Amino acid sequence: MTSNNQVLEKVIIKFAGDSGDGMQLTGTQFTNTAAMFGNDLSTFPDFPAEIRAPQGTIPGVSGFQLHFGSVNIFSPGDFCDVLVAMNAAALKANLANLKKGGTVIVNSDGFDPKNLRLANYFDNVSPLTDGSLEAYRIISIDVTKITKAALADSGLGTKEIDRAKNMFVLGFLYWMYNREMSFTIKFLEDKFSKKPEILAANIKVLHAGYNFGETSETAPTRFTINPAPMPSGIYRNIMGNQATAIGLIAASKKSGLDLFLGSYPITPASDILHELARHKNFGVKTFQAEDEIAAICSAIGASFGGKLGITTSSGPGIALKTEAMGLALMLELPLLIINVQRGGPSTGLPTKTEQSDLFQAVYGRNGEAPIPVIAAKSAADCFETVYEACRIALEYMTPVIFLSDGYIANGSEPWRFPNADQLKPIKVEFTTELNSEKFLPYKRNENLSRPWAIPGTKGLEHRIGGLEKQHETGNISYDPENHEFMVKMRAAKVEKVADSIPDQTIDNGTEKGKILVLGWGSTYGAIKGAVIEARAKGIDVSHAHIRHIVPFPKNLGDLLKNYETVLIPEMNTGQLKSIIRDKFLVPAIGLNKIKGMPFATSEILVKIEELV
Amino acid sequence: METTNTTTPAMTSKDLVTDQEIRWCPGCGDYSILKQVQTVVPELGIPREDIVFISGIGCSSRFPYYMETFGMHSIHGRASAIASGLKATRPELSVWIVSGDGDSLSIGGNHFIHLLRRNFNVNLLLFNNEIYGLTKGQYSPTSEEGKITKSTPMGSIDHPFNPIALALGAEGSFIARSMDRDPVHLKDMLRRSNAHIGTSLLEIYQNCNVFNDGTFELFTEKSSKKEETIFLENNKPLVFGQNLDKGIMLDGFKPIIVSLENGKYSVNDLWVHDESDLTKAGILSRFFERPVDGTGHLPRPFGVFYENNRACYETGLNDQIEFAKQKKGEGSLDALLKGGETWEIK
Ligand SMILES: Cc1ncc(C[n+]2csc(CCOP(=O)(O)OP(=O)(O)O)c2C)c(N)n1
Ligand code: SF4
Ligand SMILES: [Mg+2]
Repeated sequence: MTSNNQVLEKVIIKFAGDSGDGMQLTGTQFTNTAAMFGNDLSTFPDFPAEIRAPQGTIPGVSGFQLHFGSVNIFSPGDFCDVLVAMNAAALKANLANLKKGGTVIVNSDGFDPKNLRLANYFDNVSPLTDGSLEAYRIISIDVTKITKAALADSGLGTKEIDRAKNMFVLGFLYWMYNREMSFTIKFLEDKFSKKPEILAANIKVLHAGYNFGETSETAPTRFTINPAPMPSGIYRNIMGNQATAIGLIAASKKSGLDLFLGSYPITPASDILHELARHKNFGVKTFQAEDEIAAICSAIGASFGGKLGITTSSGPGIALKTEAMGLALMLELPLLIINVQRGGPSTGLPTKTEQSDLFQAVYGRNGEAPIPVIAAKSAADCFETVYEACRIALEYMTPVIFLSDGYIANGSEPWRFPNADQLKPIKVEFTTELNSEKFLPYKRNENLSRPWAIPGTKGLEHRIGGLEKQHETGNISYDPENHEFMVKMRAAKVEKVADSIPDQTIDNGTEKGKILVLGWGSTYGAIKGAVIEARAKGIDVSHAHIRHIVPFPKNLGDLLKNYETVLIPEMNTGQLKSIIRDKFLVPAIGLNKIKGMPFATSEILVKIEELV
Repeated sequence: METTNTTTPAMTSKDLVTDQEIRWCPGCGDYSILKQVQTVVPELGIPREDIVFISGIGCSSRFPYYMETFGMHSIHGRASAIASGLKATRPELSVWIVSGDGDSLSIGGNHFIHLLRRNFNVNLLLFNNEIYGLTKGQYSPTSEEGKITKSTPMGSIDHPFNPIALALGAEGSFIARSMDRDPVHLKDMLRRSNAHIGTSLLEIYQNCNVFNDGTFELFTEKSSKKEETIFLENNKPLVFGQNLDKGIMLDGFKPIIVSLENGKYSVNDLWVHDESDLTKAGILSRFFERPVDGTGHLPRPFGVFYENNRACYETGLNDQIEFAKQKKGEGSLDALLKGGETWEIK
């Protein structure tokens, strides 16, 4: 049959099902197909905290949200247009995030009495039939049954047949959104090259889904989302943790230093370890240490030896690393500490996102212990930001803290990746000559940075340690004047980093005005979207997003004073706000969300409107 | 661990002395250990710049400041972890860890066992004085039960570690014991530690004459040393005693002391030490009773309990890198940046 075709600007689809339903794969495939087609997009996966949460229950629901469009997309979006629910629990868990009038595509087999009970729909009353979904458009398909029928003579077992269900849904969505299936077919061919029966089954079910759209009258409308106006160039899709790992390897290559990662697995940082472990042919060494302390200490050992020492973790692990961070700053060795933040405190919300480790990064050490802090704003931005973090660490001989969070770590977006030769070189010089009659390990250069003389360098044997040290000689010193001098010197060195960073720019809006929305980290997309909408409504509001938090760009204080109101949205109780108020005496206002969830654009927009 | 290189002019122990004033208490056992290390290291033929001493925190951990090599005085308990990262990335260096009983067995216990298991080719000198020296005399994880210290006025109720047994349990590949008061033996054990390829654990009984004076007296003083100690030598029978008049035999798995004087047993009947025998090393490690009344207990062994050559972590790590490079070719940054699927927007 022929159906209507409607052109849309942007769509948000949430794929939700049981952990075993393959929703992450379905979402990723649809995403990559959209990316290839030229849409701009942003994604956010939402995993259950337990690996094997009971099947059919709400804690077992795994989700993947995709926002794609023919316009620029800055975040995975707030409320979805389409919800794919493979069972009753998936519907229950996500219905609140579906727009009124939105579409629900359900697998009706996932609403049998058992699934209803597990999802806490009592008395066998299915939401599909009790009228409770009247506000939405329901497309109910018995995916399980059709998949079984399609594969009746495939010779595959029930389990394998059941696993192909997600391909039906994907095929159906490809039909609904006028998409080619070739990308996914090629993906399946690669993935199942050694299992021809499974390959054939998946492709068959994918087509079955597509054809179902074509022939049944379930969804009379098809949609077209045209390519987005993106800067010309070659793109790939990238997730934050992947971009971080690649950025680290790029810094290793550009600085000529082998990369050493000391790490201990923790959600949501582990994927950086996994990704780096795959790239041994870049000379990358990954070391899964016995704990986070050993992880950072091994990285310090590697840095002492003249390598690019890196450690990755999340809040609880960063807490364990604290003492060693202090050591690294006393040793004045380059070191990268990566915190992919998650909900805290303590074990907190391991699979949820938060920005609540900013104080920990800025202040969380014993003694006067300043360390540069830098934060990425989006999945792709992790690349450039972590590269910049490595530059600072190496040029200033200092540990640097790089902040990411679960949201951008697992989220993805199109990335116009650079060529290797477009990357700024990172200068590293080991000292090989005496800098005085006797080697002075703490004699500083114009950056206030000390020489890096690595073991194996004849004539430069010296000792460093965590005890307070005398200016220049590095000898242990308990002299009161010297201590004060050295504390100030270490702080001055960190402040000096500001000489090498760009001035704070305005992302959107004007250099002066009524309201400035100031953000840091992963709130970028939501703020960006909100400020665009507010400006479209004629509101005098601008957006600035900080990458360098310690030290701040030199012009930041003056810039903030150009606005009547500074609004700082954060996924914490107001940590940047406190720092800004303290540093610049600006009466910044907070917008705070501590739900383990990113901001919705609308939440920020409402606040902006309230301030007008 | 073993590294040799003979191109540079001979180093002397003087070349290893730094300009730092030594801050240990007069009479501390640490002085002797420093002296023996400074005597042995020049013999090893390793260029001074290729030697690194890494320590934690404690009196013993001041050691690197007194060695004119590369060095790091780090944080409490973590020297092994730092040394692991250094050795992983700079396998050609001669890496020595200096640590105390509190440093390695209490706060750094985790790194200690994992270092041994991974078998990095480094030397770990464990200065065991059975006390926390630097913090002025609290009991340590090797202090005996009942020990009265500032933190245990009624006597310690902690059961102590047996460091050798712990190291064996942690899959250590070289495990030896020596003492500050026997320079000849200590030097020999330092050479052996250096020669072993893999993690060499050398426990050194060290007298803290301020907070735990005389703990090891029975083993170190002339008057009792011969009766209370047994010096292990590979392929030699276990003989000890004032006039080498006693030996150890194995009755099944039970070690027994026999007299070599009454004509009943001769040296040929004794247990012959075999450094490669893990089971017997386990039994030897349990020669650990505290001599209470001086009779009937087994003597304390000194020497190499166990040595076994197995792969070192850093070798495996570097082999994997080489293999990956051979198989996939040296990584291309452009290819990495590009990744798998790309699309062009004109
Ligand atoms: C994190 C931390 N906790 C506690 C201390 C205090 N401290 C310093 S040395 C030490 C114990 C030292 O004992 P040991 O390792 O046996 O060395 P020794 O002084 O006996 O040579 C302690 C508890 C510290 N420096 N750092
Ligand atoms: S306190 Fe004990 S271990 Fe420390 S230096 Fe003095 S004697 Fe040596
Ligand atoms: Mg001690």
